[in-house]
Amino acid sequence: MRFAGSENYVATRDLTLAVNAAITLQRPLLIKGEPGTGKTMLAEEVAAALGLPLFEWHVKSTTKAQQGLYEYDAVSRLRDSQLGEARVADIGSYIVKGVLWQAFESPTTSVVLIDEIDKADIEFPNDLLRELDRMEFFVYETRQNVRARHRPVVFITSNNEKELPDAFLRRCFFHYIKFPDKETMTRIIDVHFPGLKPALLREALEVFFELREVPGLKKKPSTSELLDWLKLLLAEDIPPEALRSQDRKVVIPPLHGALLKNEQDVHLFERLIFMARQNR
Amino acid sequence: MLIDFFMHLKASRVPVSIKEFLALLEALQQHVIEHSLDDFYLLSRAILVKDETHFDKFDRAFGEYFKGVEALPGMDVLIPEDWLRDAVKKHLSDAERAKLEKLGWDKLMETFKQRLAEQKSRHSGGNKWIGTGGSSPFGHGGTHPEGIRLGGRSENRSAVKVWEKREFRNLDDSVEIGTRNIKVALRRLRRFAREGAAEELDLDGTIAGTARNAGWLDLKLRPERHNAVKVLLLLDIGGSMDDYIRICEELFSACRSEFKHLEYYYFHNCVYDFLWKDNRRRHTERIATHDVLHKYGSDYKLILVGDAAMSPYEILIPHGSVEYNNAEPGAVWLRRLVDTWPHAIWLNPEPEHSWAYRQSTTLIHNLLGGRMFPLTLDGLARGMQLLSK
Repeated sequence: MRFAGSENYVATRDLTLAVNAAITLQRPLLIKGEPGTGKTMLAEEVAAALGLPLFEWHVKSTTKAQQGLYEYDAVSRLRDSQLGEARVADIGSYIVKGVLWQAFESPTTSVVLIDEIDKADIEFPNDLLRELDRMEFFVYETRQNVRARHRPVVFITSNNEKELPDAFLRRCFFHYIKFPDKETMTRIIDVHFPGLKPALLREALEVFFELREVPGLKKKPSTSELLDWLKLLLAEDIPPEALRSQDRKVVIPPLHGALLKNEQDVHLFERLIFMARQNR
Repeated sequence: MLIDFFMHLKASRVPVSIKEFLALLEALQQHVIEHSLDDFYLLSRAILVKDETHFDKFDRAFGEYFKGVEALPGMDVLIPEDWLRDAVKKHLSDAERAKLEKLGWDKLMETFKQRLAEQKSRHSGGNKWIGTGGSSPFGHGGTHPEGIRLGGRSENRSAVKVWEKREFRNLDDSVEIGTRNIKVALRRLRRFAREGAAEELDLDGTIAGTARNAGWLDLKLRPERHNAVKVLLLLDIGGSMDDYIRICEELFSACRSEFKHLEYYYFHNCVYDFLWKDNRRRHTERIATHDVLHKYGSDYKLILVGDAAMSPYEILIPHGSVEYNNAEPGAVWLRRLVDTWPHAIWLNPEPEHSWAYRQSTTLIHNLLGGRMFPLTLDGLARGMQLLSK
């Protein structure tokens, strides 16, 4: 099993190497990077490219590690007991399987995505140490040991909101998706908009990378924003010439709302353009 | 095998463990990569380094260790901008600086490059002095070498250049911080407590209560947990702090969203009889510091933000303030603050190595019992660690 990018996903050399190392050595791979650089998409694409089932676990601030394994629905059992239902006797019917349990039971190797692990409580990664290391856990309610039939390929994404504990990091491989350079970006756009006119693409990329260079932006536009913007440009059928003027500095790119998501950023940008006009 | 490499990383303070090192050897054994130094660099980075803030350290250590394998590149690497700027300052005499306007930028860069080349040959492999102090930008009016790329970029970069480029430098945690990073650091101070209205189902309590009721459902609720840390933020404003307004703004906005109990006041240079909340009305709407001292309990954490750059008289002598006649010296007021709120730190936006050269900074450093931290991500983290103890 080797991953080498896919039709919809451009993977750089360092990324494929990290993914393949994680697959070969069966360790979880921790992915960090700027928002919108395709962290979550990676797991989906690896699963699709290798033809493996994907189990997604989206972590929220209230998520507990236990929920990924299983949950014991005590409240409904309590209620059933008051109503005198027959199934109350079997505790197993109140055990709800979590994402990891489902993945462990999968008849083939599977891909597990633990998305945005940093959103959860600080203790969350520590509670998953043994589960990710040995790929097994114990269900106290039914006295049952669940072990993975095939060790799943685990992808974990983080937005760096919390520091992850050292013990957890030591068990993972790590890759930081850095912002793509112009060449990689062209390939990414090629994948998403195969028929894009070269002229428009060139102009759009120029504008985009120039915008990223503007000092002091609160949120720099990222890959996903560029793709949205291109979609809009295509939908509005804007010609490449509109992106260019005599003096590149004085043109506000059309539909810039797709690139700049922050009011202050738009203000800053307009101010810069105003200053550039005055200096002319 | 590769033990020297491992020890070298360890010596360069890259946090690596034996477990990870064994994983790397296992990967090599299983032929994850072919025999290529580029791939080995990528693989060892993925396995050994777990945080992008350590990438820079790793790059440097890797470069040092494998220096003999490929020759060091010349001038065609991407030189960090601020280093370039500092270096320009260092290498030019005053006379040359004066000549700058006449020469024009291109000519200057030529000279500078020559000098740099000389410098390089003298310190062999000497990029250790990258990123030294100096905050005032060299020259102004758009001529500074923003993002200068020296030489062309080849399609097939040789591996050495990748780590010699040190792309991850700005992720190193000793450099600048943004709002988001500050939030992460401040989050260390979180302390959860149950307070307020009961609104969350207490499952254990409910089960126990129901059992006690002989099976009749007895719902128990409890208050939700929330951040119970209380913070009092005192910000130095105006004068020498103008240079740091942006970084303070970011700190402030990060603090606001992170703490439920956040009180803030401004002061100028040092704390005296009065504080104020609105800087435009600092002379009319001010609050006696005594009132503030009595208002907030000792469970508040005090965070002072200021560059502590002033004349020593402002701290030591009565009537020393630059703004008005203070009956008591600043030191007395600072001591009062620290006595009232034992959990106090001072965050200083100036770089740590320059503190020792300012008398006033040393004074305040001592007044706070050494609890002064630089306003970098690392400093903030250290400060928060201390406050949360």
